[in-house]
Amino acid sequence: MKFNRFLQGNEACAEAAIAAGCRFFAGYPITPASEIMEYLAERLPQKGGVVIQMEDEMASLAAVIGASWAGAKAMTATSGPGFSLMQELIGYAFMTETPCVIVDVQRTGPSTGQATKCAQGDVMQSRWGTHGDYASIVLSPNSVQEMFELTIRAFNLAETYRTPVILLADELIAHMRETVEIQSADKIKTVNRKKPKRGDTAFFGSEEIPPMPSVGEGYNIAVTGSTHDEYGIRYTADPEVHRRLVQRLVHKITDNADKIIDVEAHNIENCEVGVVSFGCTSRSVYEAVEMAREEGIKVGQVRLRTIWPFPEKIVKAMARNAKAIIVPEMNLKQIFYEVDRTVKGLARVVSINKVGGGELITPEEVLSEIRRWRG
Amino acid sequence: MTDNFSVRRYMRNLRLPFCPGCGCYTIINSFLRAVYELGYSDLSRFVFCSGIGCAAWIPSPYFKADSIHTPHGRSIPVATGVKLMRPDLNVVVFGGDGDLVGIGLSHLIHAARRNVDITVIMVNNMIYGMTGGQVAPTTPLKTRTTSTPYGSFERPIDAAHLVAAAGACYVARWTTAHAGQLKEAFKKAILTKGFAFVEVVSQCPTSFGRRAGFKGAADIVRWFREVSVQLEQTEKMAKEELTGKIVVGEFISREFPTLTETVYAVLEEAKKHAKSS
Repeated sequence: MKFNRFLQGNEACAEAAIAAGCRFFAGYPITPASEIMEYLAERLPQKGGVVIQMEDEMASLAAVIGASWAGAKAMTATSGPGFSLMQELIGYAFMTETPCVIVDVQRTGPSTGQATKCAQGDVMQSRWGTHGDYASIVLSPNSVQEMFELTIRAFNLAETYRTPVILLADELIAHMRETVEIQSADKIKTVNRKKPKRGDTAFFGSEEIPPMPSVGEGYNIAVTGSTHDEYGIRYTADPEVHRRLVQRLVHKITDNADKIIDVEAHNIENCEVGVVSFGCTSRSVYEAVEMAREEGIKVGQVRLRTIWPFPEKIVKAMARNAKAIIVPEMNLKQIFYEVDRTVKGLARVVSINKVGGGELITPEEVLSEIRRWRG
Repeated sequence: MTDNFSVRRYMRNLRLPFCPGCGCYTIINSFLRAVYELGYSDLSRFVFCSGIGCAAWIPSPYFKADSIHTPHGRSIPVATGVKLMRPDLNVVVFGGDGDLVGIGLSHLIHAARRNVDITVIMVNNMIYGMTGGQVAPTTPLKTRTTSTPYGSFERPIDAAHLVAAAGACYVARWTTAHAGQLKEAFKKAILTKGFAFVEVVSQCPTSFGRRAGFKGAADIVRWFREVSVQLEQTEKMAKEELTGKIVVGEFISREFPTLTETVYAVLEEAKKHAKSS
């Protein structure tokens, strides 16, 4: 059974979190993400879940991590300034293999920037924001429907790979309202973390994705953000233990990139011009591509629902056919360089950038660039 | 009582990392003895959270228990998340002064305000010991440290008073020269329904004592004994007389509804609301 609801993007994210099994939310007020906490504050306690407003974003993600080790699926939501503060805990969640979901509703930065205005400037921070070597899973919705679907997927990936997952939304998608088609609860596929069997002791290694016990279950878990062996014992100087740990943590994501990566692709094989887009910007691209096709231009399109790991194969495949690949984004070239690195000269990579005031890249701007590069 | 107490029962078989003469040995002993005297034969009903610093290594990974060793200053919010999801477990935070009243101070104040039902044990060695002896928010005025070579020029924080004012249910301060009182304070803190805070003034002979002019660990502990004043005595003392003294004792012992109680009351309210709407 399905039913339709008219929801705001942030509300759809909150509803999806409940559907995915989230039972703990900690957050700090910030525009344009606050509605997620407000909506959950009303709805989650009805389902027996806890919502708590913490003193800052570090405390918010810290509480989420504590709740996750206590066995709960847990989430926080923020925007750029709070996302910056969360970076130390994102690294900690990665290092300790703590499943959790972090929603970043992007606004105009850097710093306080323009709090109410849409942007896509946190793309690189979502990949490289914390220090040290790591890999991240970042999803990018472009509709209210996807705010729902990708929030559920974020929880499922977090539980599958025992890692933090970032839902990188933007102000436009978070604040607009659309009809969302929601499956009945029993039809929604949810994933729970793999639990250990009695007698298991290696919760941080041996297997690529080790089983995760909760506190209070009698396993004497030693969780640490310092370099540790498969039993959680700290090794602050051993090079081998560090390499083994960090390479496994990265590989468990990169080895499974094909399963994690999710894109929407059209006309990859038969195009003269290609477009790579994500989030709100992709909505202008659809219209531009339609107009271009009416003019007889063969346009290929890759829309990134997973931004990280970066969908290299499909972008490269498009570059083999297209003369040019256009990368429109509401930042000053972030995915552009990733596309350029991936296609390695197979096609010319052209950027369309716009920042400030939440002004969107228009279909006309994309269309005029498509026309310029047609065969 | 017949005393079958042994710290080994509660600890992993690992070599402890602390310097000779470190106050952490006394604290481990007093804490585990408190646990034993409360009737716990193991630590399975406990979860330990700690941040970064020497004191944070007390439970992690040395206690045979669940322990979460967090980023610097973030042990209390992690503990808050654990406690909210597992109200049945004893959640205990160990941390140093830098961890809890330096980088993590706002979390400490908010946890006391919220009355999270956890125990926080602050090992106050008056220095950033692990990083080599830099000035801390707790360093006495005019102390020579590696980052204040001409003597520190800021007034130290009074953590016990601060946490009491912030709304904690139990606050005590003792020094490592008061092992017996310390053990009793730990017992009371664990039994307290609500936020409990025990500040332990502790010696760091390596990073504090050497530059501050002490001959060794025993010399610092002797100083603790000399300058300690019981809280009750301070009422009769003039303000000037308290300069350079360490006020010890039980600052607060009281009861308020805990965070878990108030949060779970909201859950019940919300469920009723969901049914009626």
